[in-house]
Amino acid sequence: MKQSSYSLVVLAGALFAMLPWLNMPAFWQSFLYIVFYWSVLAVSWNLFSGVSGYFSFGHGAFFGIGMYTVAYFCGHLEMPFLPILILAGFLAGLFGLGIGALVFRVHNVRGELFALLTLAVTFVIATIVLNTPIDGGPGVYLNSVAIPKFGPNAAATFYLMMLALLIVTMLAAIWIYSSKLGLGLSAIHDDEDAAEVMGVPTYRSKLVGLFISTYLAGMAGAIQALFVSYVTANETFSITVPLFVVLMSVLGGTRHWAGPLLGAIVITGIQYFFTVGDSALMGKMILGLILIAVILFIPNGLLGNFARSRAKKNSQKIVETLKNIYTQSPMKEVQQPTSQVLLQTHGLSKSFSGVKALQNLDLEIYQGEILGLLGPNGSGKSTFINVISGHFAATSGQKIFQGEDITGLSAHEIAVKGITRTYQTPRPFNELTVLDNTRLVASYAGNTSLEEASELAYAALTQVGLENKADALPSDLNLHQRKFLEFARALAAKPKLLMLDEVLSGLTPSEIQSSVELIQKIRSQGTTILFVEHVMSAVMALADRIAVLNHGQLIAKGLPTEVMRNPEVMVAYLGKKAD
Amino acid sequence: MPSLNLLIQSAVSGVLLGGLYGLIGLGLGLSWGFLGQINLSHFAFVFLSAYLSFDLVNKLGIDPLICLVIFPPIFFVIGVCLHWLIRRFKITPFNSLLLTFGLTVIVEAFIQWIWTADFVKLQTHYGDKKAEIFGIYLPFAETMAFVIAVIVAVMVHIVMKYTDLGKAVRAIAQDPKMATAFGIPQKRISLGIAGVCTALAALAGVCVALIYTLNPSQMYTWIGVIFAVVMLGGLGSSFGPLIAGIVIGVSEAITMVFVNPSWAPIVSFSLLIALLLFRPGKL
Repeated sequence: MKQSSYSLVVLAGALFAMLPWLNMPAFWQSFLYIVFYWSVLAVSWNLFSGVSGYFSFGHGAFFGIGMYTVAYFCGHLEMPFLPILILAGFLAGLFGLGIGALVFRVHNVRGELFALLTLAVTFVIATIVLNTPIDGGPGVYLNSVAIPKFGPNAAATFYLMMLALLIVTMLAAIWIYSSKLGLGLSAIHDDEDAAEVMGVPTYRSKLVGLFISTYLAGMAGAIQALFVSYVTANETFSITVPLFVVLMSVLGGTRHWAGPLLGAIVITGIQYFFTVGDSALMGKMILGLILIAVILFIPNGLLGNFARSRAKKNSQKIVETLKNIYTQSPMKEVQQPTSQVLLQTHGLSKSFSGVKALQNLDLEIYQGEILGLLGPNGSGKSTFINVISGHFAATSGQKIFQGEDITGLSAHEIAVKGITRTYQTPRPFNELTVLDNTRLVASYAGNTSLEEASELAYAALTQVGLENKADALPSDLNLHQRKFLEFARALAAKPKLLMLDEVLSGLTPSEIQSSVELIQKIRSQGTTILFVEHVMSAVMALADRIAVLNHGQLIAKGLPTEVMRNPEVMVAYLGKKAD
Repeated sequence: MPSLNLLIQSAVSGVLLGGLYGLIGLGLGLSWGFLGQINLSHFAFVFLSAYLSFDLVNKLGIDPLICLVIFPPIFFVIGVCLHWLIRRFKITPFNSLLLTFGLTVIVEAFIQWIWTADFVKLQTHYGDKKAEIFGIYLPFAETMAFVIAVIVAVMVHIVMKYTDLGKAVRAIAQDPKMATAFGIPQKRISLGIAGVCTALAALAGVCVALIYTLNPSQMYTWIGVIFAVVMLGGLGSSFGPLIAGIVIGVSEAITMVFVNPSWAPIVSFSLLIALLLFRPGKL
């Protein structure tokens, strides 16, 4: 699918590139230029913002940096255009990186806050440009800049340059949508915290995505600057660019790379039609109405459903191929717990502004064992999993995994070391298929290519019995299946330590039985398991050892039968005897 | 170095202008805080009201202060209708931003259609009125905006703090479903809040018409500064936006004196960026 999309884009590009030599009417040439121009901006915006859900209202700022790079270097300093075109992209990208490096560190700046922040950045840049020699107020004329010669005339040159940029932008978009990076960004869109815990380096992925997006926007600005040949700060940094770009992407659909392209064609067409008909105001009103109608009636955009069915088909196809070559790995001997320590915590503590959720925890997990972690509600079991997985940083104390200190590592690094988890309430990535959900984790936490990850994912899905649901979306699954999807995701990365957070709650007795068997099977393949559970029959059936938490403190650990007779444990669970 | 008198004068202007910021920010912050809607069309309604007062005063010779009485009820109804429409579709805060953006564009085009894109200025006999205290001038329109902002903030505060209605509103903001389960008429109250916010926009619009030269695309230049005010002041807070407005108004005014008027926007936008980065949890 990916290869054919690439060739289709290149082929279409080549066809369009021939048009200037075939006596294309000037009207069509200028119209197509504008379509290309908006398509570059919309597709480049979408390949980061649409995929990751970080809707930027600052695309105009990066576009503007490109424009003013040309205005400054070609206009003021009279340098040649082509090298500056590259520089323009680079400066815009660099600026995007700078902003991202700052903004992406702040946990809460997501969604609408990110949109506002990028909008504010645009105005700050506009003010700076307006008040410094870069512009100074009157605008910059670029009439004297030499236009490079590609086509039969100057207009054709602009047409060809923007076309070339559009092809590059589309190839970049297709690549992102079919790559590991794009899969990671989609996961960030759906649930960023879970993505990080599943091994996606969220910070780095966002930076790379934003860099590519802003680089392309900067180049579009550079070409457009030369095209309009007069650059003013008010026009450049106006609300038009971010508004149109978001509008086009939302209209076309952000879940397919071609959505913004379609949106750009439709909207540019409407605009052009109304400007030619001398009713620009009407066009503006209609655009406003379209935006409202799209948000209300087709929030996923024109290509929304198409993108969904394509994703399903793609998963189906992968599964079809894998079905034939997949052979179940032979059952190993049932592993018994060893005396080798896999994970050791020293004085692990976690406080939430005064509330001590974990206090001074010294706990070891032996290689190959199943350790049950018990305790009343609010005793710190989930916090323990969150601290081990790196989702929460420990307030103090140490985590040693396989003899290595992993205390300061971020969640995705810990996932790559071989620690995965499931969530008590399943947290699948809702817009990804079951297969994509699973191979995402296999690929990131298992540190493999997407192809290998598909095989691992298929094996994991087969193990939990979801292989026939590989092309379904999580919303099509029932609770039991969603819990098993959690299992499959955690297993796909072939973890050394698997942490299960109340996987049995809410299941029927027969579902519990099959889950217990599954857990035993997983252990027999060499995975160490920590599980938090309230279903006592399952705990007694599975656990080699039990540790009990109460008020964030470890009050007992040892063999199940011993621990359950411990008086402190009985008090914690049943309360004190009345005198 | 500017003279002390000039400095005090600009600080006072900053405080008065801050009142207007607070007045616009109050409506925006209430709908964000209590309805979960980021209502960009708030700016469009401010300008619609400003242009309407321009016409009523210029063409019918009505005193601008009468607009302060007629507009709020009309805009209240507009706000209620709009919110009723939005409520029928369950949309996320982010989509409310996009949706009201679309609405803003429509209103802008509408204004441009009726009143053209040229600058217009409302000339009234209030234009020259000002009080003088110790050599410091208090222009009538700015002072009026400030006084209205203070009165409205006090009223909102009293309603929120001391009435059952206020308690109900706060309950809805925390958990709409639970509030409904306890018998709070959530729908009616939400519609009411939306109406009040739009009515506040109408009040602010009359002040804007008295103070500024109008141009339809100017509604966008207010966005940054007002969002900074709302975030600094706190969502749904009654006095917050007013205080934040004064802080920003004064710092802008001082920047204008010391540096250059065209640098003034950078103050509010930098503040907004700093706020988002360093206190995002407070929003």
